[in-house]
Amino acid sequence: MPMTSQEHEKARVNESRDLDSVTIRFCGDSGDGMQLTGNQFTNTSAIFGNDIATFPDFPAEIRAPRGTTFGVSGFQVHFASHEINTPGDTVNALVAMNPAGLKTNIADVEPGGVVIVNEDEFTPINFKKCGYIEGYNPLDDETLQSRYKIYRVPMSRLTRDALADSGMGAKDVDRCRNMFALGVAYWLFDRPLDSTIAFVNREFAERRNKPEIAEINVRVLKAGFYYGENAELFSVRYHVAPAELQPGTYRKISGNEAAALGFITAAEKAGKRLTLASYPITPASDILHYLAKAKNFGVKTFQAEDEIAAVCAAIGASYAGDFALTSSSGPGIALKAEAIGLAVMLELPLVVIDVQRAGPSTGMPTKTEQADLLQVMFGRSSESPVIVVAPATPSECFEMAIEAFRLAARCMCPVIYLSDGYIANGAEPWRLPDLDAIPPIAVDHPATTNNPGGSFLPYLRDKETLARPWAIPGTAGLEHRLGGLEKEDGTGNVSYDPDNHDQMIRTRAEKVRNASDIIPLLDVRGPATGEALLLGWGGTYGAIRTAGDKLLEQGRSVATAHLRYLNPFPRNLGEVLSNYKQVIIPEINQGQLRLLIRDRFLVDARGINQMRGRMLRVDDIVTKTLALLDGETL
Amino acid sequence: MTELALPAYKPKDFASNQEVRWCPGCGDYAVLKAVQMTLAKKKRRKEDYVFISGIGCAARFPYYMNTYGLHSIHGRAPAFATGVKLANPSLEVWVVSGDGDLLSIGGNHTLHVLRRNVDVNILLLNNRIYGLTKGQYSPTSEFGKKTKSTPVGSLDYPVNPLSVAIGAGATFVARGIDIDVKLLSELMIEAGDHPGASFVEIYQDCNIFNHQTWFYASQKDSRADNTILLKHGQPMIYGANADKGLRMNGHKLEVVSLGGDIAEDDLLVHDETDRGLGFLLSQLSHPDFPEPLGILHRDAEHDQYDHLVHQQIDDVIKSRGAGDIHALINEGDTWTVS
Repeated sequence: MPMTSQEHEKARVNESRDLDSVTIRFCGDSGDGMQLTGNQFTNTSAIFGNDIATFPDFPAEIRAPRGTTFGVSGFQVHFASHEINTPGDTVNALVAMNPAGLKTNIADVEPGGVVIVNEDEFTPINFKKCGYIEGYNPLDDETLQSRYKIYRVPMSRLTRDALADSGMGAKDVDRCRNMFALGVAYWLFDRPLDSTIAFVNREFAERRNKPEIAEINVRVLKAGFYYGENAELFSVRYHVAPAELQPGTYRKISGNEAAALGFITAAEKAGKRLTLASYPITPASDILHYLAKAKNFGVKTFQAEDEIAAVCAAIGASYAGDFALTSSSGPGIALKAEAIGLAVMLELPLVVIDVQRAGPSTGMPTKTEQADLLQVMFGRSSESPVIVVAPATPSECFEMAIEAFRLAARCMCPVIYLSDGYIANGAEPWRLPDLDAIPPIAVDHPATTNNPGGSFLPYLRDKETLARPWAIPGTAGLEHRLGGLEKEDGTGNVSYDPDNHDQMIRTRAEKVRNASDIIPLLDVRGPATGEALLLGWGGTYGAIRTAGDKLLEQGRSVATAHLRYLNPFPRNLGEVLSNYKQVIIPEINQGQLRLLIRDRFLVDARGINQMRGRMLRVDDIVTKTLALLDGETL
Repeated sequence: MTELALPAYKPKDFASNQEVRWCPGCGDYAVLKAVQMTLAKKKRRKEDYVFISGIGCAARFPYYMNTYGLHSIHGRAPAFATGVKLANPSLEVWVVSGDGDLLSIGGNHTLHVLRRNVDVNILLLNNRIYGLTKGQYSPTSEFGKKTKSTPVGSLDYPVNPLSVAIGAGATFVARGIDIDVKLLSELMIEAGDHPGASFVEIYQDCNIFNHQTWFYASQKDSRADNTILLKHGQPMIYGANADKGLRMNGHKLEVVSLGGDIAEDDLLVHDETDRGLGFLLSQLSHPDFPEPLGILHRDAEHDQYDHLVHQQIDDVIKSRGAGDIHALINEGDTWTVS
């Protein structure tokens, strides 16, 4: 029987300490189920009412050799009784399923932090696998013992004991160890079990028709929970009260999920069919997976033979009248560059998803970075301007996906939706939007010619937007040819006329610039004028905003602003920049937005730049901003 | 779909207002003429055709057709064509491009559009040379060919377009010659009607950079002895005097002369549904064998990809009902804050 909330309340021990927020990280072998464990802890905390932010951190290898440091998979959850914007700089509690997990993660744990280990895995052979010198056992290390509260829990043995009479094989039994760890964590942080029990039953008993697997998982989860209660190992239990979130209905959402929902919504709002042509690549593939399930919305997903075929098929679908998109990450975007240039020339709506990862080349596929900004801005032959939008948080991926299609359809040009691994995989509570309040996306396919008595003019432009008409094959009388050769404005005929080419280059650029007519102005958080503006874009939103708040608390007149539109910029950006003595741009690259800002506004912007494959740390931004304010160079 | 009566088209109704700019004497003119003739005969509205090409001389084709058209990027025409059919399977899509475009830079996409059996019609204009870049060897150029980029002879063994197509699982594979507009038009009618991907190789003369490369197969005095026109259900007879034929010898085809102890009944009868036979025929090459013209292989039983995609969606909607975005965003665990 799942424990009800009332029973759960009763089970609470007296010795409980209230905390505002906690960051917990689960780590272990990539086959240990750490992502599932972290996700469950997240769901439970979200439903409990905390604000949450997550950071899944996993290796590219699916099953690296067991026990090695490069096979360690982690999942970090920050949960709080107030609004939070990052998954946390430091870890308050670490659950390590093996020595490799401990070794690779212990440095992130705060001094005095809680470390719970599966003692049974701390064996000489496993020490050797993760490269500890012979004879060294980290659990016996006095430095570590004095620095952290280390709890040794024989999770493997206790799991086997709990299932001794289950009749299940050793492999199935051992797979439940993560549920024991989760049970212990649920006890320690005073979380109800209901949501995970419901999940296990749904996933194993109902979907896979394996009630026996559901049963043993639930039994071990409870065994872990009761172990926490009865073993008298932990001197204190922690309680993080629900946060005061804005009223509404919430669900937990990751960036990639939100994006997929946004693209489906965009198509619905336009009365269009959606076609995604894609080639699998980390960390963008989940968008393909999600949309492949949305067939009841008429969504067509095409797994092409390569990145180039994917973008070309999307352009073909757009030519024939679908809302078309293609999804990839940096290396795939490089392959798509020529075709995106063609879409610029054809002036067709196309959304290109770039979920950035650490590079160059294959780089670190599962780690985050923001280093594709200049690639998507300029990484094509000749002058080929595109619109670039970038969501700042997982839930914002929904809105920006809709924005991407709104702009593509209005301007008849490619739009790059620039996300990153951090927000694509990270999750947070999402207050469900009022779908009816989202305005429709206007799409017009002409049915009659714009040139009575002559041939249809495929490049006759709208005077305001400069967009050309989106006439689609199958429409009588509007037959026309598109192609990569330069066009004569109006007729669309091939033209090598020098003045026409000059004009067309300028027109394609102006058309993109004109998108700023419908782009919202940039909001500033904090003082309207002051010492410095911290300007960011993309997934660094939470870290920059939190850093800005801390600087304000310290009495510094520092404001923050975050760009969701990178090309064109919001119309008031220049004015905003001019209101501060310094402009500081933290980025997970060597200063790509900084380069654009310096060029466009002649502002001597400074950068805070780190390329560690991870989110910037709030404390680093604070420290470095203070240094810059004091006139130091970084 | 409109119920209006089809207009009576003439070939010139399919000619665009753009001046054709191929070199005088280029084989592409004949192919353009054959296509325009063919479309005038077909029972389909002009606005339902889309011509898609890659890069190269042949790839200028769509500009000269008064239909919908897309002159895309090098090698990728099959991918664009797939996208068009995904969006609207009721359109009739033709891919027209050259040997370099479809077999070199775009070889990958040609393979995949064929094995998926997307309902597109591919006309491969094979002139065994790179014309637009002024005369480098192509993937179909013969071994040892001297060109600007191979001054002492090419070291590449050529690709066999028809063998590649059949190997990739193509369900309609045929060959024609540029100057035989009548045969081309017949093949185009069949290709267009074929449900699924159709692949037609056209021997095309580049009279600037590779003139006469196909003359053994195209000229009045040599064609009959160097080619064989395949007809489903008919014995394989060829030659100026119709006195030669093909028969099986073990697992191989051999050329025999009729008369003496060999009669028509001893010859192989063409069965275009036999993929294995199609492959054997695709391997026949000059001068040891007559090169096959006509339809080598046809399999009209395979489902076409674009229809399957739409069928799958219709089936899901039938079983689950049409999607509702309100329900979709509420999926999974939700909670309410009041």
